[in-house]
Amino acid sequence: MFNYLANPSRFLKVSGYALPVLAPLTAAVFLYAYYLALVVAPPDYQQGETVRIMFVHVPASALALGVYVFMAIAHILGFVLRHPLADAAARAAAPIGAVFTVISLITGALWGKPMWGTYWVWDARITSMFILLLLYLGYMAVWKAVDEPHRAAKIAGIVAIVGVINVPIIKFSVEWWNTLHQPASLLRPGGAAIAPEILTPLLWCMGAFALLFATLLLINLRAEVVARRVRQMELARVGSVA
Amino acid sequence: MELILRDLVCERGGRTVFAGLSLSVAAGEMLTLRGPNGAGKTSLLRSIAGLTPAAAGTVRLDGGDDGVSVGQQAHYIGHANAIKPQLSVAENLRFWAAFHGAGTARIEAAMAAMDLTALAPFDAALLSAGQKRRLALARLALIERPVWLLDEPTVGLDTASVGRLQALMRSHLDGGGIILAATHIDLGMARERVFDFGTPATEAAA
Amino acid sequence: MTGALAALIARDVRLALRAGGGVGAALGFFLVVVVFFPLAIGPDQAFLRRIAPGAMWIALLLSVLLSADRIYTADFEDGSLEVMALGAAPLEVVALAKALAHWLTAGLPLAVLAPPLGLMLNLDITLLPGMIAAMLIGSLALSLLAAMGAAITVGLRKGGLLISLLILPLYIPLLIFGVSASGAQVGGASLASSAMAILGAIVLLAVVVAPLAAAAALRAHLR
Repeated sequence: MFNYLANPSRFLKVSGYALPVLAPLTAAVFLYAYYLALVVAPPDYQQGETVRIMFVHVPASALALGVYVFMAIAHILGFVLRHPLADAAARAAAPIGAVFTVISLITGALWGKPMWGTYWVWDARITSMFILLLLYLGYMAVWKAVDEPHRAAKIAGIVAIVGVINVPIIKFSVEWWNTLHQPASLLRPGGAAIAPEILTPLLWCMGAFALLFATLLLINLRAEVVARRVRQMELARVGSVA
Repeated sequence: MELILRDLVCERGGRTVFAGLSLSVAAGEMLTLRGPNGAGKTSLLRSIAGLTPAAAGTVRLDGGDDGVSVGQQAHYIGHANAIKPQLSVAENLRFWAAFHGAGTARIEAAMAAMDLTALAPFDAALLSAGQKRRLALARLALIERPVWLLDEPTVGLDTASVGRLQALMRSHLDGGGIILAATHIDLGMARERVFDFGTPATEAAA
Repeated sequence: MTGALAALIARDVRLALRAGGGVGAALGFFLVVVVFFPLAIGPDQAFLRRIAPGAMWIALLLSVLLSADRIYTADFEDGSLEVMALGAAPLEVVALAKALAHWLTAGLPLAVLAPPLGLMLNLDITLLPGMIAAMLIGSLALSLLAAMGAAITVGLRKGGLLISLLILPLYIPLLIFGVSASGAQVGGASLASSAMAILGAIVLLAVVVAPLAAAAALRAHLR
């Protein structure tokens, strides 16, 4: 399957069949998940209705981190197996991951206002998330800055892999820094054990976000493959003029 | 000793520059590369050096040191001179000798070979374009390597300097060296062949 | 191999010390940033004493970053990097040498300049030895990462801007543990020494990873 899809035309064909199935499935799971989350799930006894922000915040945060790891793995596969779609997949995933990170930060701020009385606190998790956004922006900037696609893929791969090595170090350092400065009395959302009537809708929401990622990735990747083809055709034209 | 290229394919920016290129250059032989701009002369030299790895095919130096790459047994004189303007002529050469693990013994000889001795204490920033090119070419005499890959080596050189370069190349070939040079000037080596990129690569390779 | 390492370090240090080498610029920048803090925040001695280690580290970080851009640019443009790529020593050694030379001409002089500037910020004098040690160690990692960023962005338009975006997230752990090791927190001596140990561990990791990544990036750019 993996190698079968290495051929770009074959990938376009197979993904062309997959997309009309995947997209409605994503929409359906989204509707059901947020029906559970917004209607069925009970309000929190402490946080009231605001707890429902969690159903967007938690999946977005998890995916934000997951997509970065996905990119690094895709680049490692690109280096090792020289699979032509691996680097393109990482590139296609980056803007989606960055948007998830932004969603995580915005919903976190909206949640923070009723909980902490302020939109932004230098909490360890929020700070790490913000740094993750910087990593995404740097990664995307590299793709933009390097003209030649093969070289861009190599350089972007180095950036992603170095970044993923650093993510745990950054997380650790920010937590260390946070315990030094932060009074521990703050109520931490999501820190307590989660009741099952909340956990089930949350898992459905996670699934919905994962499907959304898969759908968007496929759309982006198809666009990327077509863009490469256009570039190749242009190069052939220039080459024949010489 | 023989430099053997087999079925070399070179791609640049997703475009195939040449494909299926096979040729060999024997010890004491010079191969002159000719062809219009963009034909692949520089790409060929760079892929032999390993700077731009070939998309497919092999480059082998028969009778060379199998422990190191062909590039590490070759001099590549590209368009850029690899000179630090803040360092003097002698300092530039001393650095390259030290970097390549060669002694300082040949620095004087290398400067003499390209007529740079009188310029030795001056900063390279003060040199003219032709003098800078001579300083770059002095690396050929500074460090002994069997394969020379020269990309337009005579750019900016006056007649006397071209003569010195010819003498340097002749003694390299006499000592069993190999030269590949992209140049439009006839350098008049004894055992010289011409490889013309003007014809389509597939035919030329046959 | 060690010959190439030593030759390259010696050359880069010499180039940096000559006119236009940029050592003076980095030191001047460090001075200016440190002076800006009291001017922006106010001359309150007690408050300055509190922020002094953090302010010094921010100044160090920005000064190293300012000089990062020049690490590979000249060697890439004048063809030296191509010749180095064909040397007997692998490019990883070249990358290590470039980073060490940068540390010798940026991190080291900045750490030496730190004590007098620290006094201008009313820094607790008992903290000075720890801070100098932390800066000497930490700036080694700063230089290694800066050199890696320079290798990644060499030959790109607006490479200087991109370096900041790429490297600043990687500098955050160094900033946190560097300031902690400088004894800024009330946690006491034990905390400072464990921060110093972590700082050392990050330096060791950077010594391994940064030259590998830098060499891979240089190979990609030379193609």
